[in-house]
Amino acid sequence: MAAITLEKVVKKYGALGVVHGIDLTIAHEEFVVLVGPSGCGKSTTLRMIAGLEDITGGLVKIGGQVVNDLPPRKRNISMVFQNYALYPHMNVRDNLGFGLKIAGQSPAEISKRVGEAAEILGLTPLLDRTPAELSGGQRQRVAMGRAIVRNPDAFLFDEPLSNLDAKLRGQMRAEIKKLHQKVRTTVVYVTHDQVEAMTLADRIVVMKDGHIEQVGTPMQVFNHPATTFVATFIGSPPMNLLPATISGGAVRLADGTAVPVPDRLTGHVRDGMAVLLGIRPDDISPVGHGLSQDGPGAEVALTVDLAEPLGMESLIYTRLAGQEVQAKLYGPRIVAPGEVLTFRLALDRAHLFDAATGKTVRAL
Amino acid sequence: MIRALTTKRPEMTPFLLLTPALITMLFVVALPLVFSLWTSLTPYQLTKPQTIYSFVGLRNYTRLLTDPGFWIPFGRTVLFLTIALNLEFAFGLGIALLINKITWGQRGLRTIMMFPMMFSPILVGFQFKFIFNDNIGILNNALQSLGLTDQAIPWLVDAKLAMFSLLFAEIWMSTSVFAILLLAGLFAMPRDPLEAAKVDGCNAFQTFRHITLPFLMPFAYIAMTIRSLDVARAYDIVKVMTGGGPAGRTELLWTMIARTGYENAKMGQANAMAYISTVLSILFTWYFYRKLIAARRFMGGVQ
Repeated sequence: MAAITLEKVVKKYGALGVVHGIDLTIAHEEFVVLVGPSGCGKSTTLRMIAGLEDITGGLVKIGGQVVNDLPPRKRNISMVFQNYALYPHMNVRDNLGFGLKIAGQSPAEISKRVGEAAEILGLTPLLDRTPAELSGGQRQRVAMGRAIVRNPDAFLFDEPLSNLDAKLRGQMRAEIKKLHQKVRTTVVYVTHDQVEAMTLADRIVVMKDGHIEQVGTPMQVFNHPATTFVATFIGSPPMNLLPATISGGAVRLADGTAVPVPDRLTGHVRDGMAVLLGIRPDDISPVGHGLSQDGPGAEVALTVDLAEPLGMESLIYTRLAGQEVQAKLYGPRIVAPGEVLTFRLALDRAHLFDAATGKTVRAL
Repeated sequence: MIRALTTKRPEMTPFLLLTPALITMLFVVALPLVFSLWTSLTPYQLTKPQTIYSFVGLRNYTRLLTDPGFWIPFGRTVLFLTIALNLEFAFGLGIALLINKITWGQRGLRTIMMFPMMFSPILVGFQFKFIFNDNIGILNNALQSLGLTDQAIPWLVDAKLAMFSLLFAEIWMSTSVFAILLLAGLFAMPRDPLEAAKVDGCNAFQTFRHITLPFLMPFAYIAMTIRSLDVARAYDIVKVMTGGGPAGRTELLWTMIARTGYENAKMGQANAMAYISTVLSILFTWYFYRKLIAARRFMGGVQ
């Protein structure tokens, strides 16, 4: 039973600030993913929760208790590391049971709980192997097994899948999700992969430069990015951002192309405002090839610079208002460079960001 | 001619290329081995060369097997080796762990740590001979000045104290072998399992006992293999400090072998002793190697 609360948590190495006072509440049994680029402070934050890094300022509470000065072993958390961190000299059985042994559990109890964990993760046939004799995915499962046998208040995952190849990563992602459904516990999961964040999280915490940019469910973060950073970080390929000014109720791009202000945002902009028009590649499609062509939109003729056929769809690089933008073409049609197509911008799903602050022009 | 050989019989080329090495090995290793093995089967004396032709079979060996004068120094050598290796391991581990914690000046300390190894064992022997000397030695001088004792302690004369003094010199000189190898082990140690152990509930001692130490054992066994060979042939320090005395009470294998061969002029018997001590060294190496392989079997997964 443990919620995790961070209050104005700060981490500094000497004069260098890494985490700048973040506030976050993670509910009991919630799966929260901290996501952000390298160096954004997400791993440091996780390690402060684990007790592997000192906390420079602020409070970390687990289950209502302040744990700032408790060593990791007194926090009743378990952690899965990026490099698995298995004990190389122990076989799988001993790796799984090590924490219980240290906690002074009886051999019978250890054997029972190791057996259960091995069963959940399909490790039973591997119990007598050493880590050296396991594949990457198997090692990762042992690391997760070691985390669950102890029945902790929270699981902490530190980029657990980044050492696996793409196919295995997809499988393990699904396994982690299933595991959380079987073993309901609070999970804090760190990754730089926005796909992992989207698929696993109950709530995503997007971090940048030691600050939290946005907290929300995957769909909130995807559909309503709070800042240009979130807009370009979540979603692949990233959202196109085009500098523009508001003038006469229209969004006027650098080359003078004007598109109407999206309906839901009309009350939130004023003339002369410098903005960035954000529109995902999925929402720029050649007329007649997009998935959804209804709803408000604007049509522009653009020259194709490059097309990348991906099977179901093609990614098209083109230029709008002097800036490279990516667009998507659905359906089986090969596009040649230099071809001029009429693209439709689905403006109901477009975003406006304040050019000065990068913050969204909110219509929520 | 060589060209003719290699063109006519190309399969001979590797052997031809190996010839210089084989000849060297023959003269440097094989011949002395065969020669000493042969002499160990004769009553060979350096001063009477003709004795080398009188074959006596295993007489030298059978005499040794029943001679307490051989087995006591033999046992003493094993004991000396056991104590020295264990203490060097303990001290080396302590030093390595401490140096590993240092963030400033670590390189300098690592270099200083190796100084004792740079001295010739003979000089180390002389150094400690003067430190432990009961009349003019600095140790007794210091003890008396501090008022800890009013007598001259016979460090090199009393049998037990003399063994202690020899051990002290040996350990002083060679603890850094352990320290360096174990420090290398600590540098190579992955940080993740240590953190995992902390999260798994280990306190500092448990982390050391269950994670660090097993990781370091292969390094310790390498050091032990090297040092067991080293100590089993200890000669210089003993020769200089006590000469095997008093009354043979600090006699180790090789001081005894040298005495038998040169002073007592029984080279045949000395070579028989040397062969037995070689077997001892091989046994130690085999033992530590087996431990090393057992400890290393798991290390493939560290990455």
